[in-house]
Amino acid sequence: MSEDNIRTVPDATCTFCGCVCDDITLTVDIAEHRITKSQNACVLGKAWFKEHGLEERPFALIGGREATTEEAVEEAAQILAGARFPVIYGLSDTTCEAQRVAVSIADMIGGNVDTTTSVCHGPTGMAFQNVGESTASLGEIRNRADLVIFWGGNPAEAHPRLFTRYAVTAKGMYTPNGKKDRTVVLVDVRRTASTPVADIFLQVKPGSDFEVLWALRALVKGRKVDASIEQRTGISLAVLEDLVARMKRCNFGALLFGMGLTMTRGRHFNAGALLALATDLNEFTHFVAAPVRGHGNVTGADNVVSWQTGYPFGVNFSRGYPRFNPGEWTTADLLARREADAAMIIASDPGSNFAQAAIEHLKRIPVITLDPKTTVTSQLARVAFTTATYGINVPGTVYRMDNVPISLRPAFESPYPSDEQILRAIRGRVRALLGGNRVPAGTPLAANVT
Amino acid sequence: MGATLRIVNGRVYDPANGLDGVVQDVCILDGRIAAEVPPDTKTIDARGMVVMPGGVDIHCHIAGSKVNLARKLQPEDHRRDVHLRTRFTRSGTGGTVPSTFTTGYRYAALGYTAAMEAAVTPLGTRSTLEELQDTPIIDKGFFILVGNNVLLFRLLQEGRLEEFRHALAWWISATKAYAPKLVNPGADEMWKGDRNANITTLDQKIGPFDLTPRKVIGAFIQAANDLGLPHPVHIHCNNLGHSGNYTTTLETMRIADGRKAHITHIQFHSYGSVAGKTTDNPTSMAREISAYINTHPNISADVGAVMFGRSTSMTADAPLAYMLRAFGSPKWTNADVENESGCGIVPFTYQDQIYTNALQWAIGLELFLLSDDPWRMVFSTDHPNGGSFMSYPKLIRLLMDREFRKEEMAKVNQKALDNCGLRDCQEREYSLYEIAIITRAGPARLLGLTAKGHLGVGADADITIYEEDGDKEKMFSTPRYVIKDGALIIEDHEFRVDTEGRVLHVAPDYDPGIEQVIQPFFEDFYTIQFSNYAVNLDYLHHHQVVPTALQAASAGAPVGG
Repeated sequence: MSEDNIRTVPDATCTFCGCVCDDITLTVDIAEHRITKSQNACVLGKAWFKEHGLEERPFALIGGREATTEEAVEEAAQILAGARFPVIYGLSDTTCEAQRVAVSIADMIGGNVDTTTSVCHGPTGMAFQNVGESTASLGEIRNRADLVIFWGGNPAEAHPRLFTRYAVTAKGMYTPNGKKDRTVVLVDVRRTASTPVADIFLQVKPGSDFEVLWALRALVKGRKVDASIEQRTGISLAVLEDLVARMKRCNFGALLFGMGLTMTRGRHFNAGALLALATDLNEFTHFVAAPVRGHGNVTGADNVVSWQTGYPFGVNFSRGYPRFNPGEWTTADLLARREADAAMIIASDPGSNFAQAAIEHLKRIPVITLDPKTTVTSQLARVAFTTATYGINVPGTVYRMDNVPISLRPAFESPYPSDEQILRAIRGRVRALLGGNRVPAGTPLAANVT
Repeated sequence: MGATLRIVNGRVYDPANGLDGVVQDVCILDGRIAAEVPPDTKTIDARGMVVMPGGVDIHCHIAGSKVNLARKLQPEDHRRDVHLRTRFTRSGTGGTVPSTFTTGYRYAALGYTAAMEAAVTPLGTRSTLEELQDTPIIDKGFFILVGNNVLLFRLLQEGRLEEFRHALAWWISATKAYAPKLVNPGADEMWKGDRNANITTLDQKIGPFDLTPRKVIGAFIQAANDLGLPHPVHIHCNNLGHSGNYTTTLETMRIADGRKAHITHIQFHSYGSVAGKTTDNPTSMAREISAYINTHPNISADVGAVMFGRSTSMTADAPLAYMLRAFGSPKWTNADVENESGCGIVPFTYQDQIYTNALQWAIGLELFLLSDDPWRMVFSTDHPNGGSFMSYPKLIRLLMDREFRKEEMAKVNQKALDNCGLRDCQEREYSLYEIAIITRAGPARLLGLTAKGHLGVGADADITIYEEDGDKEKMFSTPRYVIKDGALIIEDHEFRVDTEGRVLHVAPDYDPGIEQVIQPFFEDFYTIQFSNYAVNLDYLHHHQVVPTALQAASAGAPVGG
């Protein structure tokens, strides 16, 4: 390791989780193609940077045999152009630039596009469509929040810098003493590594989040809540009343919630109850709520799919225009019903986390994967591309969990193409095979235009 | 482009060049209007048709974080209004907040070739630019929200006016914006920091700052004039929507005191008040507002007309959206942006039998009909706040066709008409020449886009050709041809080409030393790094820098656009 071999990248962005911290100083060993130090990163970020050195892998595999990227593009294009119900899924760990191309392919072929949102904060998206939300950028929470409530999550282990950079110990304009200027409340079904951070811990009985939230809403509105709430939820009326008093009294309150709320009994009802609680509190003080998002650019995926189609996830183009229906066009569900006849999985590994019935169907149909690493899904794929890693080798845009867009500063070059490059090549080839966008029979004004 | 085209036999409406329905040829060479083209050039026979410059929307909400929140919020609005893909154009969804591709195609299909997104938080600039890249055909730019910027407030309260001006120029350049925008100046601090309070008078102290809205507005007007920006500061006044707010509006215009300023969606700021049962009811003060603007050439405005039906209120004026929530909307959305802005979104339906809604509709029409100078009172519905841009043809018909207007007036709440002056300006009808001013020539001139809004030699060849029709709504709904940069985008009512359009932006000069003032503030109070904040040119794709007056003067060239 010689000195001129070492490069420093200041203000690099970590895309491991939805915090998308952009203050990382990377030390890069160019010859070794690896990051040797990632200053300011949390333990998860450090592992992310450390583990994304270059591995010797084939550029692509077709049916398990080594292939060139070009051959794999041809094979992938043939699969997508020939399919009747192709599904494009994943997208939460790649750039917006790649996501935009992916959605355009789904539109071109009349397929289905869906993101990992459908298995994490999809219910939050649905709740948002029902009740709206009062929210804020993370900096506003840092600068102003004197009451922060974490609900159904464990940031200490899943989003460590949510505490230190944004919402607890971070010092801000009206919170110059950091944690001393805030009251921190944690609501969860069990004690976790995050519990010691909290001034107040509410341990709710599993599956009773909705009841707790609804009781809080009732109390905020001055309604009576029966003391039996304690038997149902494990939280006494006195504790709930105290929390309501604090929520009304604070100057700027924030509710940050995780999948403990969205992926348990109640799902979008839970998320809706929480968003409605924050909204209700605005009659008394300033109050915001925000989902704590997992993947580094899952928020970007929501945004891209929304601006191109009007809907955040679970979108189907088979009729020549976007349709949205969670449950019908969410990938885990439609695979389990054996509906898709081809799948392109981008930067995601449903083979390791979908229900068995969905995974079984992935094994039956031709699958295309784009991923820097070997995954369970890539191993069952007909076509597996090796790609460069976003944020480490690939520039582009990602969205932080609060919808703030941030540009990436890659650390070193990869010989592998980016997701965007592969997707553009596939799109070009599919376009050539189909002679343009696939237009459903009977579409007015479309047939004779070339 | 290389495209050449000759349009013959059409009646040309080009107010900037004084052409009022004159039959003459329009020649296009390399994307621009030319004096002559070679004899074998492709010809469009526009006999029986009207030729105008492409439409220019001076104020709309079509791209960026708040627009996308509003899109995500309303699946029910998209579901019933779908946009099919063709062999080469993208599909999408419509409603009051269409998807990006649909937005571009639908603007083009109405004959519009440029539009300005009117409210972007600096922190969210990248998302705006990404969405604008996916908004085809039209040229576009955006206004950057600076009227609640905490650092600019600090510089101002410390009297550091020169640094204030440099910082403003830095912000415009760093974000690739087109113009500075003020929204309810001072209110965000009250909203976020004082339990959802609002600004109610121009002389109120702004939270912890030793500032008032009056002082803030005056400082921005001065700085924008000093910088020679092609479009002056674009002001959404305090007290939008409140009964009696016209005094605030008049006071705001007086602050300008001869300096240039643009007051946006002024319809929403032209209300008097009479005592009502619960709150004071608004009345029309369109006459007072019009009288001021008619006699003060430094002031320009767009109307922000209200059209009945579904709309989406989306605004950086968070307290306003919270107030609208009280009128029965179930889906209030709020989004605070650190140190820069607030944001509120409320789906809203304007109903012709509701007193206030009918009054708002009438005031919009009044403002048009009372205007003496169409160059300074231009067309907008504040899309989608007052109504979708898809309602523009109907609004044009309301201005051009008094019989139609009378029929529509008969349908609305008559008490509202009693409290406004619309019945007194019934006779006036806008001519095609005046429509060409308020929808293209005027907005282009107010924006300082010297190559748009007209068909003189050297202008951008952005042209719309309408078939003449007694029904002006029909006529303006379906142009026969739309030409953008010389390319025939729509021919015989059908899309022939898909293009991306350009981003128009301004890059005023500033003292680079100002970054030493801005950076420490970032380190203390922002959650993104200073070095990651400014937007680089990669986000612009096709773009064009419109020079400031100072830059144009020093380059010795005419101000281009």
